[in-house]
Amino acid sequence: MTILLIITGICLLVSFFADRNKTWTGIKKGMKMFLNLLPVILLVLILVSLLLFFLPNETIVHYLGNNAGITGYLFAAILGSIALIPGFIAYPLAGILVKNGVSYPVIAVFITTLMMVGILTLPIEINYFGVRTAILRNILYFLGAIIIGFLIGLIYNI
Amino acid sequence: MKSFIIKSRITLIFILIYSIFTMGSFAFEFNPGKVIFKDHFFSFFKEMILFLPIMFILIGLGDVWISKEKVEKHIGYSSGIKGVILVILLSMAQAGPLYGAFPVTYLLWKKGASIRNIFIYIGAFCTIKIPMLAFEIGFLGLKFSLFRTLLSLPVIILIAIIMEKYFKNKNFEVHEVL
Repeated sequence: MTILLIITGICLLVSFFADRNKTWTGIKKGMKMFLNLLPVILLVLILVSLLLFFLPNETIVHYLGNNAGITGYLFAAILGSIALIPGFIAYPLAGILVKNGVSYPVIAVFITTLMMVGILTLPIEINYFGVRTAILRNILYFLGAIIIGFLIGLIYNI
Repeated sequence: MKSFIIKSRITLIFILIYSIFTMGSFAFEFNPGKVIFKDHFFSFFKEMILFLPIMFILIGLGDVWISKEKVEKHIGYSSGIKGVILVILLSMAQAGPLYGAFPVTYLLWKKGASIRNIFIYIGAFCTIKIPMLAFEIGFLGLKFSLFRTLLSLPVIILIAIIMEKYFKNKNFEVHEVL
């Protein structure tokens, strides 16, 4: 949090001295993006709050925690491949999940598949690359995401 | 403003229902409602309402200063390690969802980028966009973000090499979609 404040402060200062108008446009742009996203963020927070209330902490830790094993990875990978959540929402969500017992490797698999594998956007991808390329790419990235998760797991367990 | 309300009306209705539920819970001492609000919703909200505006100012500034066109000019034909590094740098400066990367790959393909570099672009675009890194570090910590990025790069490059080997003598094409 402090690092972020400092970085933003320095960037703002440098930008302000370089070009005042550009800086204002940038701030306005950022704020507009934030306000546009705010309702969705609130909605996600509400849904997650309800979910965490009804889902006991032990259940989450059991299925997605440090000792969940391969099922946790697979569950995260499938969820990440199907879901269409922008990163602006996915990362805050991931932060909450980690605090509630989901392990970092599982989060890594979820984030990576979320970003790299798109089952719902496959039709768009096929338009650009053709069926074979699009499907092969998604399969390889799905496997790649699980490998990344395993490696993160190794690092966190040392 | 009006179009914004119409566009997110379902979300807004849901938020309204939740607000009424929470106020009711406090008024009538309904404990689960109070717990959901105090232990979950408000503790998340408090953190984010400080965090997100600062982050979006940073993203807005990046958007104004780093123009896509400027970076795109330097890309495409260079091959070898230099090409790989340029493609990764280009992808890091972008923002947006996965399908936002495809039009750029068409551009790269037209400019003569190799199959390998096209897929490195897609992979890097997905995992190491700078605005997203800011979010990741903020919510999951520097250690996680650093390891995930460093581990993702070799996997991305490896997959790109596999794709290139596989499609080398088959007619690989990127189509323009309008």
